[in-house]
Amino acid sequence: MSDQFGRQGAVATAAAGGDGGHLLEVRDLFVEFRTRDGVAKVINGVSYHLDAGETLAVLGESGSGKSVTAQAIMGILDMPPAVIPGGQILYRGTDLLKLPEEERRKVRGKQISMIFQDALSALNPVFPVGWQIGEMLRLREGLSRAQAKRRAIELMELVKIPAAKQRIGDYPHQFSGGMRQRVMIAMSLALDPAVLIADEPTTALDVTVQAQIMDLLGELRRDLDMAMILITHDLGVVADVADRIAVMYAGRIVEHADVHSLYEAPAHPYTKGLLESIPRLDHKGQRLTTIKGLPPNLMRIPSGCPFHPRCPYARQECVDVVPAVRSLGDGRTSACHLAQEVLDGRI
Amino acid sequence: MSELETVAAAEMSGGKADPAARPRSLAGDAWRDLRRNPIFWISLVLVLAVTAMAAFPGLFTSNDPHDCTLARQHAGPGGGAPFGYDFQGCDIYARSVFGARASLLVGAFSALVTGLIAITVGMLAGYFGRWIDAALSRVIDVVLGIPLLLAAIVMLKRISSDSPNVRIIAVIFVLSILGWTTAARVIRSSVISAKQQDYVAAARMLGAGNGRTMWRHILPNSLAPVIVVLTIALGSFIAAEATLSFLGIGLRAPTISWGIDIDAGRTHMRESAIPLVVPSTFLALTVLAFIMLGDAIRDAFDPKLR
Repeated sequence: MSDQFGRQGAVATAAAGGDGGHLLEVRDLFVEFRTRDGVAKVINGVSYHLDAGETLAVLGESGSGKSVTAQAIMGILDMPPAVIPGGQILYRGTDLLKLPEEERRKVRGKQISMIFQDALSALNPVFPVGWQIGEMLRLREGLSRAQAKRRAIELMELVKIPAAKQRIGDYPHQFSGGMRQRVMIAMSLALDPAVLIADEPTTALDVTVQAQIMDLLGELRRDLDMAMILITHDLGVVADVADRIAVMYAGRIVEHADVHSLYEAPAHPYTKGLLESIPRLDHKGQRLTTIKGLPPNLMRIPSGCPFHPRCPYARQECVDVVPAVRSLGDGRTSACHLAQEVLDGRI
Repeated sequence: MSELETVAAAEMSGGKADPAARPRSLAGDAWRDLRRNPIFWISLVLVLAVTAMAAFPGLFTSNDPHDCTLARQHAGPGGGAPFGYDFQGCDIYARSVFGARASLLVGAFSALVTGLIAITVGMLAGYFGRWIDAALSRVIDVVLGIPLLLAAIVMLKRISSDSPNVRIIAVIFVLSILGWTTAARVIRSSVISAKQQDYVAAARMLGAGNGRTMWRHILPNSLAPVIVVLTIALGSFIAAEATLSFLGIGLRAPTISWGIDIDAGRTHMRESAIPLVVPSTFLALTVLAFIMLGDAIRDAFDPKLR
């Protein structure tokens, strides 16, 4: 495995021209759900990468495949019904999809960890939170009960749960929504992972609490020097925290850019529609702009560009030909036949 | 301080409030329900009384149930025997008190063994699913299709030993291997629903293996319904033991069992009904108590009935 590690690393280094390739890279990933009603193609060739110390936001509507990609990285997809017909998930140059289950388990939590959307259902109702935070420390790090408890208190203080020492014996239902999400964060940080995947960490929370949790995540990422994948459908959440954004639609990455250039000038009609649909204070009294239509049924993805039925600029080419991913310089890409025109604001 | 202020103060102090203001849990709610339920208290008192009888029969009667003299045949109450004497001249009440032990032993151990089989089978079927589930579910169907009494008669007929211990173990064995199916189905379905919870995915995400996920995360969350089923089953196992002993294939004298006494009482019913009525009442009340207790607990834990 060290051989493979070295070789892959060398290739990636050469490609990136930097010091050691990408920390995590998803390459041309495909995921399908084979159900009784047919095959739902949920992920259709997704590629993205994450470097040490950065935050990548994965943006998309429900059903765009952003969570499924994360679950594939973690290896917690239910297979079957899910099938991964193709692709690679490289962590420090090793393809996680080829690892045996035992090896894979060692990566989970310790290398790559995840925060779930709904912290209440992600915490086991029958155990105190301290027990749950410390569970993997006892099991995988071999800490004693007392040590694990001490470490759990430290972790709870790290995520700013007030009176951590008194609350360690409390059960999940005794915490408020925001505090619960903090417990979840403490739990996923227990084994000191290098990559943290946050799957819509604030969706189930009040707006005021959302900001606190996002600030906390940003802070923790800096202090613990982790890399973070932030999965969200909320453009407002992304701007402050992320370095780069990957926009997903129908199981593909349609646009990929750093945050500033994307907000300044989107290069895909879908991103443009998303940005225009953010409610704005200076447009008071007007109707909200929306993207017409619905996300496609994943059992029957439209021909050509999957966005064409909803795209205001669609032409015949878009119906017939699947657009290739075009590079627009500075690491920007867009999967649109009219990428340059959209970027330049010519249409 | 007004109530509102108390709540506000509790929230400001980080949510750690005094016990009275604690958020309610399912078990807490259930207890609140049970506390006000007379059926629960009645059945609990009966269950405790029968258990005490089984453990310390000497507390309830000072007569020896094996002390039988034909001279006292069908004699009326007196001499510490409140219900008089049966055909063999034994103290009816003392025999019924001592009969509790065999019944409870059989009931409790059958429920225990049943529970172990059911949890293992239901957990494996529900957790692994697919062909393991298909295979185990068919086994459940097959066992469920066997009539309990018929199979018990066939199996117990093979055991000729009269040793009380052998017969008790045989009865427990037969009732257990025939009676675990309902509980296994209950466990299987609650495992399937617990398996899909996020906390199971979270445990796997943090690197927990199959064993740990099953026993530490899924089992405690799917145990409640099966405890109820087993409480009710315990009652019916006691009834089944009495039935088998009544038919002469369960426990045998010198073991004292309600079933044996009911059978003996039936033979001489015309002369005196009391030797039949007393052990029958003990049996009926015990079975009823366990079934009512299980029912009350189930109702308390079912949020839909609230």
